[in-house]
Amino acid sequence: MNALTVAYAALFYIATAVFVIGLASKIRCYLRTPAPLKIPTTPAPTTTTGVALRLTREVVLFESLFKSSKWTWLFGWLFHAALLLVLLRHVRYFQQPVWTPIVWVQAFGTYAGFVMVCGLAGLWARRFLVDRVRYISTPSDHLHLALLGAIAVSGLGMRFVAHTDIVALKAFVLGLMRFDLQPLPPDPLLLLHLSLVALLLIVFPISKLLHAPGLFFSPTRNQADTSREARHIAAWAAALEKK
Amino acid sequence: MATVAFETPKLKPYPVIPLVAEGAMAHSKPYVASPAIQSNIGFPGELTEGWEQRAVAKMGELLDKYRSLRVYMDACVHCGACSDKCHYFLGTGDPKNMPVARQDLMRAVYRRYFTFAGKHFPKLVGALDMTKEVLDDWWRYYNQCSECRRCSVFCPYGIDTAEVTMAAREIMDSVGLGQKYANEIIGKVHRIGNNLGIPGPALEDTLFGLEEDTKEETGLDVRFPLDVEGAEVLLVTPSADFFSEPHVESLIGYAKVFHAAGISWTLSSKASEAGNFGLFIGNYEQMRNISLRVKEAAQALGVRRIVIGECGHAWRVAYSFWNTLIGPFDWLDARYPVPQHICEFTHDLIERGALKFDKEKNDDRVITFHDSCNVARASRMGSMPGGQFVIPREIIKTVANHFHDMAAGTIREATFCCGGGGGLLTDDLLELRVKGALPRMEALKTVVDEHGVNFMATICAICKAQFSKVLPYYGFDMSMVGGVHQLVGKAIRLGELH
Repeated sequence: MNALTVAYAALFYIATAVFVIGLASKIRCYLRTPAPLKIPTTPAPTTTTGVALRLTREVVLFESLFKSSKWTWLFGWLFHAALLLVLLRHVRYFQQPVWTPIVWVQAFGTYAGFVMVCGLAGLWARRFLVDRVRYISTPSDHLHLALLGAIAVSGLGMRFVAHTDIVALKAFVLGLMRFDLQPLPPDPLLLLHLSLVALLLIVFPISKLLHAPGLFFSPTRNQADTSREARHIAAWAAALEKK
Repeated sequence: MATVAFETPKLKPYPVIPLVAEGAMAHSKPYVASPAIQSNIGFPGELTEGWEQRAVAKMGELLDKYRSLRVYMDACVHCGACSDKCHYFLGTGDPKNMPVARQDLMRAVYRRYFTFAGKHFPKLVGALDMTKEVLDDWWRYYNQCSECRRCSVFCPYGIDTAEVTMAAREIMDSVGLGQKYANEIIGKVHRIGNNLGIPGPALEDTLFGLEEDTKEETGLDVRFPLDVEGAEVLLVTPSADFFSEPHVESLIGYAKVFHAAGISWTLSSKASEAGNFGLFIGNYEQMRNISLRVKEAAQALGVRRIVIGECGHAWRVAYSFWNTLIGPFDWLDARYPVPQHICEFTHDLIERGALKFDKEKNDDRVITFHDSCNVARASRMGSMPGGQFVIPREIIKTVANHFHDMAAGTIREATFCCGGGGGLLTDDLLELRVKGALPRMEALKTVVDEHGVNFMATICAICKAQFSKVLPYYGFDMSMVGGVHQLVGKAIRLGELH
């Protein structure tokens, strides 16, 4: 087994561990931190089902962002929807045989890569063109966009410009999952693509990418408006009553 | 007054998002509370050596106590959705009044001390040490947020800057840097019973005067009872209702509703204030202690119901927090919501046909309704979500013939704060208050020009006081603002029903 394969295998094991453990510990932290007061942004649903629907609309349609800014919504939604298709398309590298739905998604997933790039370009343009967004943009914001953009472009490059050996790649990925290392094709574009994806996994739990789990724990969105019906007391607040 | 002269913004025919004007409001700061005011409510008197570590430790404590703060520190992606939503940004152009930038003042410190990226790559993620310069910026800009939650409506993750502002004020208080206006009032509410510092005898005197005035107006004995044991309803209302114009007109309106419905009620000298400034400074214990006064008064008087007068933040605390802070309310009449808003109370009586009105008595008025921020986005009325928008408007339409809403993006959940909420209703922040009122003034101007609106009804003591002060800056008459129950009181038919 060559050194390159071992290095990339190690990189992906580490990146996956950082991603899973980092994200799990963040989520555990959110779960353990109490929300001592009812603070849903009203009008808010009064039932758990209503809350589930509200969160679903936020996750699927970006409802609040739509209310806020149509351009940001358009680029943001296109990017995320395309990213989802692209991710689903990539599931084929992790399974043999490939699920039928993943086969179906292939056609859309391939072209979704372009939509993803357009979405990212739109979002990035706002960071230069809108003075308010320019003011709040940090180096980290630009680097996140650069990272995602580079992943998308290198991926598209392999699909449409310089084909890589996807059969060997799939063998490598399946080998990773079965702890039976297979040689990784030494294609520079592929190596770049994989390195950037590993980097994305690693920064996820320590960056603003935490917006993904964050939404589900946001009290203004995940609480039902039942303050008059039910008490909502945190352990530390209940301790005050014993004083 | 030490405020420097400033220019009132021009009203434009349509809303324009200002260009970023860095430092435009860097000079705006409230008066600092004296050591006596601070220690009076249990905070250190002033900044002393080592405050930086204590501030960071306090932040750690709050991060462990409030999931909102914890999640909101992490979740922001700087998308800019909130950047044009704050009335203080729209009125001043100061970029640190964009909700995201205001949050980032705290996020910078959070990152430095509580995140991997900020500990090891501070420059990359904009992490900052807790220094006097940082604290100075906190002092400026966390005192330019009215905790109105408009940004939280538009944030894709529901990040509520109010939660961040409250945490920042709590941290500053905990190291000895408090805001004079808010903290002095909290001292008063504990010592005297209300925010204005009106002692019991003066209150009694005022209410007696109101009975005489109302007798003169109506010829009837409409009562304004104080500390009456065994009354059915305890009415808790902002103390401004006792002394300020136009607030007192609504108090007269409540009294007439009680009179017409034949429901016995009382005010309390111990709980002669609905407002709860504990909310403004983000201090749970203060908020709870201020709320407890009401519970104690209600139990001492043996009332069966608690009704809250026209007061925005008070209604948020009462509706959203009381059950948690001082509940359960199993000792009150379970047939009615606890607490109940005076608008719910009146609306319920209207629905049941218990009140009659001569609508034409309000015919000299063309009315619009200003949704108060905390009622709109942090509470509810009635049983349906959005009842807080419907019920006050229904009441107005029942008691008056001419009503026109302001533009869609400026009312209901997207309503603009009056510019004086969240502990900023003080003359040392007058420039901020005037400029922050701009979006509301523009929306008002449109209905004034198009529909001849001459009265803006609202259900918040702060809104009423703030608009009375700033309306003239924009060329409007200060008496254009008033309460919903001011209109009710004008049109209600008294006497015949009983």
